[in-house]
Amino acid sequence: MSAYSPYLAAFTSRFLLMMQYRSAALASFLTQCWFGLVRVMVLAAFYKGAAQSDSTLPLSFAQAVTYTWLAQGLLALLPWAADPDIAAAMRTGAVGHDRLRPVDTYNLWYACTAGRMIARILPRLLLMVLAAGVVLPLIGKEELAWAPPSGTAAAMLFALSLTVAVALSCAVVMLINITVVSTLNERGVNTLVVPVVFILSGALLPLPFYPDMARLALFIQPLAGVLDIPSRIYSGALTGPMAWIGISLQVLWTFTLVVAGKKWLSYGMQRLEVQGG
Amino acid sequence: MVQILVEELSKSYRIAEREPGFLGALRGITHRRWRTVQALKDVSFSLERGEILGFIGPNGAGKSTTIKILSGILRPDSGRVEVAGLVPYVDRIRHVGRIGVVFGQRTQLWWDLPVIEGFDLLRDIYRLDPHVYRRKRDQLVSMLRLDRLLDQPVRQLSLGQRMRAELAAALLHEPSILFLDEPTIGLDAPSKLAVREFIKNLSQQQGVTVLLTTHDMHDIEAMAERVIVIGNGQVLADGSLAALRATVLAERRLFVEFAGDAPNLVLPGVHVRGQNRRSVELAFDPRIIGAPELIATITANHAIEDIHVEQPAIEEVIARFYDLHDAGEV
Repeated sequence: MSAYSPYLAAFTSRFLLMMQYRSAALASFLTQCWFGLVRVMVLAAFYKGAAQSDSTLPLSFAQAVTYTWLAQGLLALLPWAADPDIAAAMRTGAVGHDRLRPVDTYNLWYACTAGRMIARILPRLLLMVLAAGVVLPLIGKEELAWAPPSGTAAAMLFALSLTVAVALSCAVVMLINITVVSTLNERGVNTLVVPVVFILSGALLPLPFYPDMARLALFIQPLAGVLDIPSRIYSGALTGPMAWIGISLQVLWTFTLVVAGKKWLSYGMQRLEVQGG
Repeated sequence: MVQILVEELSKSYRIAEREPGFLGALRGITHRRWRTVQALKDVSFSLERGEILGFIGPNGAGKSTTIKILSGILRPDSGRVEVAGLVPYVDRIRHVGRIGVVFGQRTQLWWDLPVIEGFDLLRDIYRLDPHVYRRKRDQLVSMLRLDRLLDQPVRQLSLGQRMRAELAAALLHEPSILFLDEPTIGLDAPSKLAVREFIKNLSQQQGVTVLLTTHDMHDIEAMAERVIVIGNGQVLADGSLAALRATVLAERRLFVEFAGDAPNLVLPGVHVRGQNRRSVELAFDPRIIGAPELIATITANHAIEDIHVEQPAIEEVIARFYDLHDAGEV
């Protein structure tokens, strides 16, 4: 076995460990299938009604359905909770050991967070593609199925956008982790974060459905880059220059949040108190 | 060569306090009361390369706080700290690459990983050369008898096994300084002996500087030539255990078993600590009356069956010392 860099080693170790939790992945996949179906049914009813009233909708029905399945498949991507291991380290004082390693603490935690997130996303996403993209068309529910990307360009832009989305989401999780440095318990901050992340990422309702006046603000806020921007690129709702603007926003927010997180963590570590023992 | 230098180190914590009961909890919503606890007050000492220093003191005295500052985890309020020429909390990353730390009450290994994978992860985290690492790892594995534990997840190890693995983990990167915070806590006798032997060898053969805290005075007697007693955040004594004993509790104990009923003994510099029908426990001050003289006096006048001299147990000396300095736990 060759030697890795410290951060890659931490990432790999966490990734491999998380990949062992197969029953958790299966359980959450089944839940997401159920919620996905309900949402798609609701969308179908909504679009039927809209067709009768002649109003124009920001996404086509097929785009909205695909957006919904993608959101369900990528649920583990949402930065809605602190990394449980890092939060536990804070609560028990094991954080001291992380400070004893000759590495940057932010980067170390970021690598662990990313390892956990990607290990959680992969099995759930693959199962969801299989269920909503392959099984649904096979049983004749083509109109409710997860459609392939709208084209080769969209597919490549989506791959790029999704990669940045993971980096961005980890940066948000890091901010939540760092909050725990001062609160010592992740429950409170998690409770506050969940509704905010659900609404602003587009997981609750695709962001284009919100009123016109809120659209611009919703597009440029950081959480759009977690789910809304990649999903719209995938379904072809965001193309050409707009897609590139979306990806640039994602990159900009990732960079900003990482820098902010690093500053905040080093401030928190100067005031660290490790009690007991 | 001075390896660790600590000058006038101070550190305080702020503790939120609450009055008891429901009303107290309500009042805490509007008025939070804070109490400042001075964990360290002007602590100064220095340590030479290859020395083993025992750090003792009652619970809450400031031992762990000192170790946490020296290892770069905490930042002091004031004072100067230098470890091998670096200020730990300023140059943290460079500093921690040169030290090894074991906290007896916590684990630095990964709970769910087999021991060997934890070691490999440490190799990557410390950016060790794979060949150097393998040699060091194999050496530690054989010295600490870890070969049969390597494939077990850390959570399945017994405390003694885990502590040996912790020591190996702290030494893989060949640190020149080792901080041990209660390394023998909860260990059985053979494990304690093994850990002591190992640490002593480390300092004698490899010149590793060791600073250890413990509540087990036998650890100190077995390993450390020098002790610092800390109480209420201050250094109360700094020297050898023998010197501490001489200043605090110099008295010796004489146990005599008589052939017949025990007599009433009245001798200068001697007092009776306990008496049964046929035996007596005497405390005497060796500066007033020496052991040979006392024994001669007794055997000349009485028929005895058995006699032996003891020093007060080291725990008793330390407890007396804490008492004298009012340093017991608050």
